[in-house]
Amino acid sequence: MIKTYIVGYDGTKPSQRALEFAAKAAKGRGADVLVVHVLEWSPYSFLTMEEIAERHKLREKEVIRARAEVDPVCEKLCADGLKVSSEVRYGDPAEIMCEIAGKHPESIIVVGRKGTSNLASRFMGTLGISLIQASPVPVTVVP
Amino acid sequence: MSITKLGAALMAVLTPILAHAQAAPGIDETINAAVAPVSNFIAGIIFYSIPIGDVAFPLIVGWLIAAAAICSFYFGFIQFRGVKHSLDLVRGRYSDPNDAGEVSHFQALATALSATVGLGNIAGVAVAVSIGGPGATFWMILAGLFGMASKFTECTLGVKFRRENADGTISGGPMYYLSRGFAEMGKPGLGRALAAIFAVCCIGGAIGGGNMFQANQAAQQIANVTGGEASFFADKGWLIGLVLAVVVGMVILGGLKSIAHVTEKIVPFMAIIYVTAGLVIIFSNADKIGWAFGQIISGAFTGEGVAGGVLGALIQGFKRAAFSNEAGIGSAAIAHSAVRTKEPVTEGYVALLEPFIDTVVICTMTALVIVVSGTLDSGLTGVELTSAAFATAFPWFPIVLAVAVVLFAFSTMISWSYYGLKATTYLFGENKTVENIYKLFFCICVVIGASMSLGPVIDFSDSMIFAMAIPNVIGLYMLLPVVRRELVQYQAKLASGEIKRFF
Repeated sequence: MIKTYIVGYDGTKPSQRALEFAAKAAKGRGADVLVVHVLEWSPYSFLTMEEIAERHKLREKEVIRARAEVDPVCEKLCADGLKVSSEVRYGDPAEIMCEIAGKHPESIIVVGRKGTSNLASRFMGTLGISLIQASPVPVTVVP
Repeated sequence: MSITKLGAALMAVLTPILAHAQAAPGIDETINAAVAPVSNFIAGIIFYSIPIGDVAFPLIVGWLIAAAAICSFYFGFIQFRGVKHSLDLVRGRYSDPNDAGEVSHFQALATALSATVGLGNIAGVAVAVSIGGPGATFWMILAGLFGMASKFTECTLGVKFRRENADGTISGGPMYYLSRGFAEMGKPGLGRALAAIFAVCCIGGAIGGGNMFQANQAAQQIANVTGGEASFFADKGWLIGLVLAVVVGMVILGGLKSIAHVTEKIVPFMAIIYVTAGLVIIFSNADKIGWAFGQIISGAFTGEGVAGGVLGALIQGFKRAAFSNEAGIGSAAIAHSAVRTKEPVTEGYVALLEPFIDTVVICTMTALVIVVSGTLDSGLTGVELTSAAFATAFPWFPIVLAVAVVLFAFSTMISWSYYGLKATTYLFGENKTVENIYKLFFCICVVIGASMSLGPVIDFSDSMIFAMAIPNVIGLYMLLPVVRRELVQYQAKLASGEIKRFF
């Protein structure tokens, strides 16, 4: 029994497809949708002094921008009668998705994929591949 | 400003200067003659030395070491008791995951280190052991260990009294703790005066020691490694300077952070190559390690064969440590104050690792390699001595060292441009025009520093860096109780579990 559809959403086309898929499935089963927007961030990357001074200001702007991406689609799904919540987080996308999934035992992760058959991106690994290898819950990759 | 426009602007400003420099070979002497009296006077005051035996002891070195020792005792040797907590903070064990996306302690440490690790670790140490003998190493390590406490103090104060600007950015450093901290103690006039002196010296230091001196050394090193006197670059310092200036300009004026990121990724890599190569040399001479340490210890207390004996070794070691890790100068406080943290003491804890890495690890490494490789008696000094020491094991190392010197010089310039900028905005207010004038002037000085042999100008500006220590250390003494209060309440919160460990 799946209670929560955790969707990786950043406003891009593949993530929109993932959200559509999850919304449809959740409606059919009476499950919730959790929209997650992860902003890529590593605490070990190098910053110049000016970037350090501006980091807090920039972070606030980034969160506002991410919210502007996530909130309208959540409202739209709510209007459709779904129970929707959302999270904007900083970190490694795969790690954060897995961590959130760990807190929702009966859930499934839904992410989109760019749809390239490019050899390079296969070797580099995509979010979908990392999730399949590490996720504590089932993963659906929407083409 | 776009890059092409920037380049064009730089060229427009510099071409007449360079043309003049080329046409009139006497321009160096003219400027030197004009500046020398003033420069000698000021450098004479800052580096005022008292003769002890046959050696001169610069008072400013004593001033910095005394401050470091007093801070060490005042905080009960926090540098040893607190080092585990420092490492935990850097590893992010106390970082709230909800604050992800803010500057981490690791990032603050890495950025501040990139400003201090540089020529001092490579060339300065070689000067110290060639004059002060192996024993100088012992005193250098001791001074480095003490310096951890003054770093702790100044960086805690930097965060405590920083100012948050209307746009969400942060300004901090000695200018702010001198003016605001003294105002809290009811001495606003004195605070503002000290802050202004500090800011002026900081601008001078940024332009001089943090810029012209670095450009000059980088240009010399490039010329040396490409064939010395016969090199294509031997009389083309201006060309190297121009290239450096354009790259520096792209970062600080053009906002091209990616260049800074590339160098800052190579700099740690260089540091790793340097330390690894050093370790390989030391361990391949494993039979001599015991002997080398014997030399260092006995040299420290007997001063055998050193001009000035024990005191000569001690002064060289202390001087080098103070020059290399900048503890007590106040520069690191500017860098650390921008970090977002609820507890000022956490930045102090993180910052105290800097003198350790800079002096106790990297400087000691250089000294050991020189002693173990047996090049100490070769008559060389400075970068050439270090270069020769490493070349005994790796003949190709001088080239790596030259690249490292240029990159270290570049990252030091970028960092000091920021310190100078902060001092400028403290004096003249946050104003884009003033900032851009400062930045353009900074770029022009790169070319001047690289192309001219302006000895007196460089002496003068180098002395400005140490002049920063005078107002800063006075501030540290006066504000010690504030730091203790912060430390006590922080430790209480740690003990009560109010400050949580997350990982």
